[in-house]
Amino acid sequence: MSRLWKEFSKGLWKDLPPFKLVLGLCPVLAVTKTADNGFGMGLAVIFVLALSNMLVSMLRKLIPAKVRIACFIVVAASLVVCVELLMQTYAYPLYLQLGIFVPLIVVNCIILGRAEAFASKNPVHLAVADGLGMGVGFTLSLTFLGSIRELFGYGTWFGMQVMGDWFQPFTFMIEAPGAFVCLGLILAGMNTLTNWQRKNKGLEAITGPVHDCKSCGMCATKPGM
Amino acid sequence: MDYFVLIIAAIFVNNIVLAQYLGNCPFIGTSKDSGVAMGMGLAVVFVATLAAAITWCVQKYLLAPNDLNYLQTITFILVIASLVQFVEMFLKKAVPPLYRSLGIFLPLITTNCAVLGIAIICQREEFSLVETIIFSIASGVGFMLALVILAGIRERLDLARVPVSLKGTPLALILAGLMSLAFFAFKGMAS
Repeated sequence: MSRLWKEFSKGLWKDLPPFKLVLGLCPVLAVTKTADNGFGMGLAVIFVLALSNMLVSMLRKLIPAKVRIACFIVVAASLVVCVELLMQTYAYPLYLQLGIFVPLIVVNCIILGRAEAFASKNPVHLAVADGLGMGVGFTLSLTFLGSIRELFGYGTWFGMQVMGDWFQPFTFMIEAPGAFVCLGLILAGMNTLTNWQRKNKGLEAITGPVHDCKSCGMCATKPGM
Repeated sequence: MDYFVLIIAAIFVNNIVLAQYLGNCPFIGTSKDSGVAMGMGLAVVFVATLAAAITWCVQKYLLAPNDLNYLQTITFILVIASLVQFVEMFLKKAVPPLYRSLGIFLPLITTNCAVLGIAIICQREEFSLVETIIFSIASGVGFMLALVILAGIRERLDLARVPVSLKGTPLALILAGLMSLAFFAFKGMAS
């Protein structure tokens, strides 16, 4: 039980996908204009991630090592098609808002990264816990970034008016530059926090999270990367 | 003239990274060195163009006549994944010098959302085959441009004294934001 909780909870803070692992940046930047868009995208990712981790873990003894990445992609793509069809039926306005980023969940590095790094090496229950934890962490991060951008960009939160009449909307925040700068500042904030904690423990400062593409797991397909 | 507008729009106005938020992982991940950035950019131009042209044909002659549009995502990603494998094998055998410079980037490209993104945008905008090819080359060039500029800036920043918490990815993201702001100036030139 404690192992199960450990695998679930690491996605919530220690390995928080967008802010600590710096994975899957495109949806993080693109769909966080408002908090509810971020939240909806997060739910779709939880669905795909938990089920793909489950399926990959169930199939891990059947999948030959050489074609494993192709198999992971097929699993993820089938689940994404399910999500697309479900969203078209039950959440059509959200589907239109997220646009091209719903099919692009397939190439979100978190899905393949977790399949490669965790689900293909661990039993089903741990893989599902890992997928759920990472998915929830991803959703919370997207909602957080979306809240900040919506609050300053529109003066609202989940569509509710928060700022008074005096508030002049800060259009920069809802456009592309705002997304980049905001995410950069959040990462810097996370680093400051980590370094402050490390300093209290008497450790040296670090400059992480270092994003060098190696964390997405794809490079594992090729020796020498 | 229309094609000219399409090219300008895809490279500058709707730049694939800085305005459409696609391909951010390789944009941040491979922009530490301008040589690497150039290689990655060329590989993306090459693969994205091939992928968009092939997926356009698949959609037109295979999926649409058989009413299988809901299989678009899964078909496209499989086409791209096999295409990348094929290109890699072909380059290794036929053009070894090119393989040495682009080879290491090819496996990364399967999960580059710019490639799948360009293919899907071409479908959603209902481009013809010629427009698809022109648009995907221009988008790829836009990606390369953004990547090479960011790599140039980051190389210069290596010697600058930056607060320790901002070093690396956070600073790269803020720089990308400023570049995106600069590219905003092209808004209204073409749509």
